Amino acid sequence: MKRLLALGAVVLTTAALAWAGSEEPAQSGGAPKPVITKATKGEHCVEPNDFMRRNHMKVLLHHRDETVIEGIRTKKYSLKECINCHASEKTGSVAASKDDFCVSCHSYAAVKIDCFDCHSTKPQGSMAMHPLNAETAHYAHKLAAQAGRPVSTEEMAGIAQ
Amino acid sequence: MASITFREVEGGSLKYWLLFGGIGLFVLFGFLSYLYMHHHGHVVTGMDNQIVWGLPHVFAVFLIVAASGALNVASIASVFNKPMYKPLAPLSAILALALLAGGLLVLVLDLGRSDRLIVAMTHFNFKSMFTWNVFLYSGFFVLVGIYLWTMLDRNVKAYSKAAGTAAFIWRLTLTTGTGSLFGFLIARQLYGSSMLAPMFIIMSFAYGLAIYLIVLAAAYAWTGRPLGNAVMMRLKTLLAVFVAAVLYFVVVYHLTNLYFAKMGPVEAFILRDGGIFTSLFWVGQILVGNVIPLVILLTGLGKQRSWIMIASALVILGGIVQMYVTIIGAQAYPLDMFPGMTVKSSFYDGVIHSYTPSTPELFLGLGGVAVALLMTTFAVKVLRLLPASLDDTTVAALEH
Amino acid sequence: MSDTKMSDNTPDSPERRRFISTATVAAGVTLVPGVMLVEVAQGRPEDQPASSAVRWGMLIDATKCASGCDDCVSACSTENGWTPVAESKHPTQAPQWIRKLELQDPLTQGQTNLPMLCQHCAEPPCVDVCPTGASFKRDDGIVLVNRHICIGCRYCMMACPYKARSLVHEPLNDTQKPDVPRGIGCVEACTFCVQKVDRGDGTTACAEACAKSGNNAILFGDMNDPESEISKRLRELPTKQVRADLNLNLGVRYHGI
Repeated sequence: MKRLLALGAVVLTTAALAWAGSEEPAQSGGAPKPVITKATKGEHCVEPNDFMRRNHMKVLLHHRDETVIEGIRTKKYSLKECINCHASEKTGSVAASKDDFCVSCHSYAAVKIDCFDCHSTKPQGSMAMHPLNAETAHYAHKLAAQAGRPVSTEEMAGIAQ
Repeated sequence: MASITFREVEGGSLKYWLLFGGIGLFVLFGFLSYLYMHHHGHVVTGMDNQIVWGLPHVFAVFLIVAASGALNVASIASVFNKPMYKPLAPLSAILALALLAGGLLVLVLDLGRSDRLIVAMTHFNFKSMFTWNVFLYSGFFVLVGIYLWTMLDRNVKAYSKAAGTAAFIWRLTLTTGTGSLFGFLIARQLYGSSMLAPMFIIMSFAYGLAIYLIVLAAAYAWTGRPLGNAVMMRLKTLLAVFVAAVLYFVVVYHLTNLYFAKMGPVEAFILRDGGIFTSLFWVGQILVGNVIPLVILLTGLGKQRSWIMIASALVILGGIVQMYVTIIGAQAYPLDMFPGMTVKSSFYDGVIHSYTPSTPELFLGLGGVAVALLMTTFAVKVLRLLPASLDDTTVAALEH
Repeated sequence: MSDTKMSDNTPDSPERRRFISTATVAAGVTLVPGVMLVEVAQGRPEDQPASSAVRWGMLIDATKCASGCDDCVSACSTENGWTPVAESKHPTQAPQWIRKLELQDPLTQGQTNLPMLCQHCAEPPCVDVCPTGASFKRDDGIVLVNRHICIGCRYCMMACPYKARSLVHEPLNDTQKPDVPRGIGCVEACTFCVQKVDRGDGTTACAEACAKSGNNAILFGDMNDPESEISKRLRELPTKQVRADLNLNLGVRYHGI
């Protein structure tokens, strides 16, 4: 029962947040434009914005094969580094809510992102450093449910900045 | 040589559309099962990290094996020049294509990442039997397609024998490849045997012909076209020979294994101690799939068409059970990493694994069967695949 | 150096990393040659590919592996983000990268404990059977799954003689570690903590945990380097490969089995 209540609380919190997020005035005519939030770190990206908007997938694809197959771990063009800079301050993620950096544009362009079935959407360290889940990040929700209190999106994100 | 008139099935009757709709319903169920499994992941199936290939693979491999077998009737006509089989050839070819399509569909929809099918067609590792099979399947579609064309179009009829021969050689290679999917696995004791390839070939002969017989008889009965005993008797004798050959291969396979001490425990598992797998092997595969059909086909019972149908149905059922025992039984027996030691772990080492297929898996498998039947049902309506008559006088005229 | 813009503010900037690597190599030169070799193997610069001069391997001393201790398993789960089987709602479907085996000889009643994990074969059957090439062996001998082209056919799981691989059966819902991508529908196994190896840690989570517990049953290192700790120990101790009959030339060697 406790768990059920906790679940209900989570759903309500999420719904409330989602609703709050939708308060933005709708653009007149056409689809709503994507929200492009400035990166939380650094002055500019590894390449000019125009280049990245058109070609980020190409450089990521190239880098991913080098990293996985050859073990080259340079930071430029690394997805992890994208996430480190572009994770939203609100959710701590690049793809947790509809306004987050990756999702926002991708839903505007109607292009499915396959990255986050496997890749974490959050920066390095954020999960592990969270007091709630120092060792077992994957049970955050469970521990919270047992403690009989809801987990907010922020807590789940465990943002540690 | 007397000529044979091929004619499309009318296909406007209520009966046709009921059949079409009924099969279509299973296709729909299969598709819904796929969506369900794809959405939730394999967690909703009975498969796990012990039984990694489950019921969908049983159906898929059965259909793929049966597909190459269904082509046999056509091969006998073109490769071995038996005129009596000529009118039977187009149905044989279309059935082969349909069964393969059904089987492959089940196979790819059961992938963990079925959305990445394109990857399987753009990235190849030529050391993998699976990769070879991708090419064998594609080649089969092309060659049988060409063969079918040479049978249907008078302009290219001259190439029929060449196309038929190519398709025949290809189908033997294809089933060798399917058998080798298992034969090339060193990890599991019941696989890793070159016996599997020829055994799969002979099984394909039996399963494909059994399906062919049922489809042929049903098509002729439901369209009211005459189908004489000459054809049925010839085909049922052929089926008896194939089923006997399957039994022979199964016996030799297990006898060879029994001779090697290291195979003793795993053979004892299948043949004596394996519970459900032992029952399935003896009752399903051997008794229902081989012995009873043989008795029916070789005694007076085999003269009655309904008994031939029963025997064919039993061969098909026994074939599915055989695939179940071959694919799942071999996985149920634990890997023998430390011979002579008992093993315990959190990962179910050293214990017999159990498997309960889930409903979506069953319907995904049946969906593949339905796709094959639906394709055939549709093809006989739009293409001239079935002779208007196969009565005894028409058939007898062919042989003189 | 073109990749400075993005990471100016990150604590672990490429310059710093590169400086450390260079310093390591420079320091290595001044030491005895053998030690330098170890340092080069472990401190590979991040822009250099894994090299076949190195072969990562593991020596597991089953005589030191304590019954009932599963520190290596927990450490692996924590490092790599897979849910421990005891916590899983679907234990038969839960991935297990490493597990403890308890062996007993029914005749002598003698017991042996050992962790079982991907053996990182030099001739891996999983790599042979993989239709897309997603299963592959990196130049430094680590057998990995390239999840970008894994289609989830599970043929590798059928082929592995060590039951080392698991399929991820359910969505992971963003619980993955940033360093260890893993996801639904793909097959996975022990990676020899490739993220740690590439970082230059020169060890794995399980080996660290085993050392911490005081058992010291797991030793990780470069088997190609004759002066490495693991090579020295391998020369001294009699070791066996599991299912040596398959002649797969394993990267994990056991003592006391």
